[in-house]
Amino acid sequence: MTVLGLIHTAAALVAAGSVAETLWTGLADRGDALAFGLLVTVGELTRWSDDRARQAAPLGAAGSLSYALLGAVAGRPSQHDAAQVVTVVLVAALLGAVPHIWSGRAPTADHLARRVLTVGFAALCFQPLYNKGVFTAWDGPAYALLLLTLLALTSLSGTALAAALAHCRTGRPFGPLLREEVRGLLGIGSAVVATGAVMALAVAVAGLWALPVFCLPLLLVQLSVRRYAAVRATYRQTIASLARATEIAGCTPAGHARRVAALSVAVGRDLRLTGPELTVLEYAALMHDIGQLSLVDPVPAGATAALPAAEQRRIALLGGAVVRQTGVDPAVADVVERQADPYPEQPLAARIVRAVNAYEEKSRDAGPRGARRALEELRLGTAGDYAPEVVESLARVLAQPRTARERVPVRRPGWSDPAPGWVTHG
Amino acid sequence: MDAVPARTRGYVAAVALLAAPCLSRPPDTPGSWLAPALLAALYAACEHAVHRRFGGTFYPVLLAGAFLLPPSAAALVPVPAALLCPVDHRPALPRRVWRAARPALAVWAAARVHEALGGRDAVAGADFPYALLPAGAAVLAFCLVLTALDGGLRAAAGLVPPCRTWRALLARSLAPVAVHGLAGLMMAVLWRSPYGPVSALLVLLPMCVSWWVFAQYHRERAAHQATIRALVQAVDIKDGYTRGHSERVGQASVLIARELGLDDDRVEVLRFAGILHDVGKLGVPTRLLRKDGPLTPEERRIIELHPEYGHEMVRGISFLGEARTAILHHHERLDGTGYPYGLAGDRIPECARIVAVADAFDAMTSTRCYSRARPVEAAVAELERCAGAHFDPRMVRALVRALRREGWRPAVTADEPAYGTAPAERTPRTGAHR
Repeated sequence: MTVLGLIHTAAALVAAGSVAETLWTGLADRGDALAFGLLVTVGELTRWSDDRARQAAPLGAAGSLSYALLGAVAGRPSQHDAAQVVTVVLVAALLGAVPHIWSGRAPTADHLARRVLTVGFAALCFQPLYNKGVFTAWDGPAYALLLLTLLALTSLSGTALAAALAHCRTGRPFGPLLREEVRGLLGIGSAVVATGAVMALAVAVAGLWALPVFCLPLLLVQLSVRRYAAVRATYRQTIASLARATEIAGCTPAGHARRVAALSVAVGRDLRLTGPELTVLEYAALMHDIGQLSLVDPVPAGATAALPAAEQRRIALLGGAVVRQTGVDPAVADVVERQADPYPEQPLAARIVRAVNAYEEKSRDAGPRGARRALEELRLGTAGDYAPEVVESLARVLAQPRTARERVPVRRPGWSDPAPGWVTHG
Repeated sequence: MDAVPARTRGYVAAVALLAAPCLSRPPDTPGSWLAPALLAALYAACEHAVHRRFGGTFYPVLLAGAFLLPPSAAALVPVPAALLCPVDHRPALPRRVWRAARPALAVWAAARVHEALGGRDAVAGADFPYALLPAGAAVLAFCLVLTALDGGLRAAAGLVPPCRTWRALLARSLAPVAVHGLAGLMMAVLWRSPYGPVSALLVLLPMCVSWWVFAQYHRERAAHQATIRALVQAVDIKDGYTRGHSERVGQASVLIARELGLDDDRVEVLRFAGILHDVGKLGVPTRLLRKDGPLTPEERRIIELHPEYGHEMVRGISFLGEARTAILHHHERLDGTGYPYGLAGDRIPECARIVAVADAFDAMTSTRCYSRARPVEAAVAELERCAGAHFDPRMVRALVRALRREGWRPAVTADEPAYGTAPAERTPRTGAHR
């Protein structure tokens, strides 16, 4: 059985067991259950999927975690058990997922499995001990710190789960995925943990009124994250258009920048670069030929890899100057500038761009056997021009079946390929 | 604002004098110093971290102080931060005084209102929903005092008529301060609860994350606008004489669009349409663009491909919306003799007709290698002569009306970052005054 199947089966078992037990014993504290269920439903309704924002339903996550760690309501000890927590969260999440399933937008099964398992973990750590009265001695600040510790543990195991799911879905190595997830935890993940803890405490003090009052700051976070994601998407489109400028100017063949970017990102993943480094690499690969715009006469077919080294470096410097004006991360301009240097002096991203660009130019019109010959030429050239580890990684990436390579695309809404056969003059 | 004029200095001094009595009655029992001191330290730390990096002000701590403490003690909370945090511009003294006195007065007023409505007992007893009422009133008082003081400062500096600013400032600051007020209320309730100040600190974490994401958003947006500018500058690299032309066409398109009463979103889109209308010239060989003397028919045909190149380039940028069709059709003429498709009359999209008029107007009023700049009146007369045949008369009339009212000051050059931001967004955000 695959890991994916294992996770889904475990989640299904937990869910079925909890629902069965809740049906057997009945709901305790119906008002609280209803209020938290409503909160989670609203949180799930506002969920969105995006390749960057990992916590796509922060409100739903915070609401379900705080219900898992709810010990008292306005001073009165609560009666619900761990099974009830899972049941309420499951039902609410299912209700909230209806529009998403209807429109087929987001992968709902993984999301639900994650939600059930993390909430089940938190509730199982807290509720049985609380209901036995183990925490009565913990009063005041110590109790708050206890909740915080539990939540931190839960979200750490949640990241491991998310990384495992992403590993199964995309086939990327587990280590970098886990690192990315943990880094994401520092941003909006910490807001979710803090809000979960605060909601549980505030409901204990002030009753259910604390819920709507406390949704607002987290909604604010969610709003800013969404706006950030939106502006990122348009930014990516603009960079891609700027990269296409060279194709339209007739400096490079159609689709060259996009192919170099896709292959560079695949190689970067293979060499275990993380999220922000991959973004720098992708932008630099998209814009690597931009310096050719400054030339009065275009290089034939844009094949810079065949030019003398000094000329290559001059074009790279011109490109870096243009990229510096675009306001992207200076690291991108740095990579573009140094793409023609000998590899021992280059940063890793520049080595990747250089090797992938050369491969793309050599293999593009060389027929079916061209790919292997291009790779051989790069291997021979590793003495000074191309970094051996990058060429080997490129060979690994190319050896993968095409679908596996392209199964992990970075989502690019609205970014279309140039029409085939679109001839630029020049 | 490097030098502070005397009137502003006087105004700041008056506000400081007003704030002094609020600060003059500190708490008397030794135990009651603890909460204000903790809050003040917290505020100073938050200000140091948040204000310096993200350029905002951290209200939840101040409002929590207003909900927890008696007015005179609450007014002390913002003072240490103002005295300790570094000041970006000189002279430092009036700025520090202003930064201490402004929030001190506002917090004092908020705490006063909160106390008068019995809010402190409601907070101590976690008496919901009643606790929301005094808190709401206090937030309103806080906002009113802040905007009154800010408006006064602007009036003293002679910037804008105070009445209009006040209303705009109040409308803009009320919603964010209300959210901060809710966070402050939760902080105060948890502070007074058995769980103590530790749990109150947790409230600040989502706010901090929100600031952080917001700052990221602004950085990314600025980078995005710089990239749009780079697209234009890439044209400038090839084609020297168009320098500034793109920005001016954007400016003229906005003039016409405003005059026609289009809504703000479409005006923004038209600004981009004007700026990017010639981006397709990137696809035209540099030799042709820089050629002196007449063009052969073959060369002319190649240059006339630039609207299609431009459209091909920007069609992946979804936020440009109808600006993309404007780029494609800005050389169409009303009688169908234009290019690339020879559309006529209403078949030409409205935005393209606007950009066409703006483009022709700027081409006539600026110096090109093949012609001297003409005065605005001559250009207008020429536009009116061609209205109906080449240009949409409605757009020409709108341009003429706008020019008569506002004049034409094409001060924008290629290096100026003056476009891409709506005026409302360029003004400082709430509380970001320095």
